[in-house]
Amino acid sequence: MSVAKPLPHDSAPLHVTGQARYIDDIPTPAGTLHLAFGLSTVARGTIIGVDLSAVRAATGVVAVLTAADLPFANDVSPSNHDEPLLATGTVHYIGQPIFCVVATSHLSARKAARLGKIDYAEETPILTIEAALAANSRFEDGPRIWSKGDVDAALTRAPHRLQGRIEMGGQEHFYLEGQAALALPQEGGDMIVHSSTQHPTEIQHKVAEALGLPMNAVRCEVRRMGGGFGGKESQGNALAVACAVAARLTGKPCKMRYDRDDDMIITGKRHDFRIDYDVGYDDRGRVQGIEFTQYTRCGWAMDLSLPVADRAMLHADNAYLLPHARITSHRLKTNTQSATAYRGFGGPQGVLGVERVMDHVAHALGLDPVQVRQVNYYRAAEGGLSAPHRPAASPPEDISGTKAGQDGQDMTSRGAAGGGQRISSGTGGARRFGAEHSPQAEDYGPNTTPYGMEVTDFALHAMTDRLLASCDYAARRAAIAEWNAANPILKRGIGFSPVKFGISFTLTHLNQAGALVHVYQDGSIHLNHGGTEMGQGLFQKVAQVAASRFGVDVSAVKITATDTGKVPNTSATAASSGSDLNGMAVQAACDTIRDRMAACLADLAQTTPDKVRFAEGRVHVGAEVLSFAEAAARVYVNRVSLSATGFYKTPDLSWDRIRGQGRPFYYFAHGAAVTEVVIDTLTGENRILRTDILHDAGASLNPALDIGQVEGGYVQGAGWLTTEELVWDDKGRLRTHAPSTYKIPAVSDRPPVFNVALWDQANPAATVYRSKAVGEPPFMLGISALLALSDAVAACGPAYPALDAPATPERILTAVQKVRG
Amino acid sequence: MKTKDISVIVNGEEVRASVPVRRNLVDFLRTDAGLTGSHVGCEHGVCGACTVEVNGATVRGCLMLAVQADGATVTTVEGFAASGRSAALAAAFTRRNALQCGFCTPGMLASALGYIDRGGTADRAAIREHISGNYCRCTGYQSIVEAICDVIEERTAP
Repeated sequence: MSVAKPLPHDSAPLHVTGQARYIDDIPTPAGTLHLAFGLSTVARGTIIGVDLSAVRAATGVVAVLTAADLPFANDVSPSNHDEPLLATGTVHYIGQPIFCVVATSHLSARKAARLGKIDYAEETPILTIEAALAANSRFEDGPRIWSKGDVDAALTRAPHRLQGRIEMGGQEHFYLEGQAALALPQEGGDMIVHSSTQHPTEIQHKVAEALGLPMNAVRCEVRRMGGGFGGKESQGNALAVACAVAARLTGKPCKMRYDRDDDMIITGKRHDFRIDYDVGYDDRGRVQGIEFTQYTRCGWAMDLSLPVADRAMLHADNAYLLPHARITSHRLKTNTQSATAYRGFGGPQGVLGVERVMDHVAHALGLDPVQVRQVNYYRAAEGGLSAPHRPAASPPEDISGTKAGQDGQDMTSRGAAGGGQRISSGTGGARRFGAEHSPQAEDYGPNTTPYGMEVTDFALHAMTDRLLASCDYAARRAAIAEWNAANPILKRGIGFSPVKFGISFTLTHLNQAGALVHVYQDGSIHLNHGGTEMGQGLFQKVAQVAASRFGVDVSAVKITATDTGKVPNTSATAASSGSDLNGMAVQAACDTIRDRMAACLADLAQTTPDKVRFAEGRVHVGAEVLSFAEAAARVYVNRVSLSATGFYKTPDLSWDRIRGQGRPFYYFAHGAAVTEVVIDTLTGENRILRTDILHDAGASLNPALDIGQVEGGYVQGAGWLTTEELVWDDKGRLRTHAPSTYKIPAVSDRPPVFNVALWDQANPAATVYRSKAVGEPPFMLGISALLALSDAVAACGPAYPALDAPATPERILTAVQKVRG
Repeated sequence: MKTKDISVIVNGEEVRASVPVRRNLVDFLRTDAGLTGSHVGCEHGVCGACTVEVNGATVRGCLMLAVQADGATVTTVEGFAASGRSAALAAAFTRRNALQCGFCTPGMLASALGYIDRGGTADRAAIREHISGNYCRCTGYQSIVEAICDVIEERTAP
């Protein structure tokens, strides 16, 4: 069975030969035109004069569009209809598109776009958290506040109490392939759009609105992206819509790609956050009560900021049972790029807030920060998580939500393949646990999150123990202390961080997926689903599911481009949900076809469908053995459909985001990391020396691809907190708009010793083959790098470092001087 | 727009074109030679996605003008693949999962070949130093370094 095999990425043979096509590599028809935006040069103001005569006169220019030239909707927002494609009278950030040049080449469009003369009545831009609070410039009517228990009383009662603040910067996605789109006009006004997008349905939707067409007149296709990381969830809308409108107006194919500077200036980034905390705790560092106030700069338009800020609140607890907690979230509207989705979607910011608290409390008490974390952990699930693939206890309710029997059956009984992993018969039944197993049980109330969700699958106790042992944490911590005592200039530090990440879109209706599977009469299989491939290996993992259902080799499955004409109404490939949702939808489609085949073949052989077995490329019908191709041909001749759709919706979700109560997640994914660093106390220069990670991918669909996600996620997370610094000047200009000034991790920044292992235990929740989502959770393991740097700084003096992020050499040097007093 | 006639040997075949004098080598390769394997990432010499080989040297395709390549011999990822020069490296990148989105891969292979073919050793620190000018946003680099090491160790195995 191909599931669980460490197969390489399906596109690897194309990647290594240069044949893999990205948007800008697709051969275009003769006469294809190229687009570029003319951008606002002020952060806030009213446009009082527009002179585009020089633009129109420039070499190669075919047309110049302003808002007045747009035939229908002028909106590229994914949420609030507050984001015009082209500015309408007012501008809200430096980089906002005002006009669009259509020219015969990419370069001539870009050159001409610089020739626009725009006069503005400038206003004072709102750039900072302070300015936004002073002006009450925010999304929603006020802050969101969620609470659990009696926080004020708990803070007052606690033996110890401290307050603090952490500032954490945003992050540029820096997908290697910049944003790009290509629109091809069709007969009758229809439009085909190729877009580098994580959300083809939204591209289809926004293009249809912009063209005044129903969605059925627009088809969006995406075979792959050169990286996404959340940056292509909504930020590709502008290019796709501009290309489609220009294609409609000129009748020519139109293509647009941002060059790197434009990409960084125009598009949104990770939300930067400030988090204030006030915590009461006991002598062991056990939190009694805690209050977080989160502030985030959302930029000029709403985009996805509300769910991002919600997810920051939803992860303010991370791995810790907080008996009394209040979380307040301010979503501030500023004259900067509209901050958007980025791997973790607010989760990393929320997690970093509480990890800072744990670090601060441990420092104040003089305790090992790992111990303080363990004391605060949620209680473990009863039994189940230490026993791999253990069937769940009696299910409290049917949460399958899928067609009867699909989840609950031994998969081999329907002939998928022999010898594979059994899916447990429970449907999430391990989500009950016994409080009596934990010594903290009575003291800290039910094992619930601040938003009222019971944590029933907590795996971090055992994972932490294993990781600390495998990386020799205790001995290394002692050795580092000794080394630091002997070395006055260089200081080492070690940091541990866990992650518990909630899996599901918090907008519940997005937790659905569709698939379309065909079996051809030669036995070859055509696979399509709503997920998009951005490098994460989704297509291969889903193909492995399909191959396993038919008992064939994965090479029999043709993976095809995501296409809104094949699978409609898709959700973005986001929230780590790709394999969970699309894997299940494909499984359902394959099972429908397989059941039809079994019924037909059984009928012909005068036996029953349960006597038909699909394994190792063959179909066993009673005593007869057919190749899969022979079986497909026989079924075809007997006039049985070999094509099916599949559908999946995640069960057991309910969520009230205003009250902050419910069960927004189907399950949690876990991970833990230990990072060791060294800093130079004279310069702030620093290096990661070693990283050890243990990550929970459930029963992995593909361990090789999953480890790739863990390694890449960690390095990207460490980059966020160390070298990647976004700087805006006092006019609101982003001064770090290219890799010359914005530093993502290079290979030389990767830890020289990097040990990554998977915690290979089945997901108690009934996910596809009991795997777990793996795209975002490991990103947060990069927090261990910041904590290690903080630990190294703490070796320089008695005060708490309170290191902000990113911990650039400048910040580290400042912190060293501060702790020395 | 001033143009100049140039002739470049690309992957063993002569390509003649009249190119704008400010056209980058990578744009020439992608547009005039129709070879889209070399990618444009940052267009100012930092990310390395456009790395190719020019007269045996490892070069950023975005920092060299096409007219500077007049008369030169240029090899791209397509050429490395066709000649078999990158076969071992391609196999190792695939086996090691040393790629995810794949956008950096052609440039990464060009840089790695420059190291291997000049007799680079399986010294991880030296490999890291050599490819530190090629960004990858997906993998975390671990598997890339291991893949390059694999190829060198295979070659030098007794």
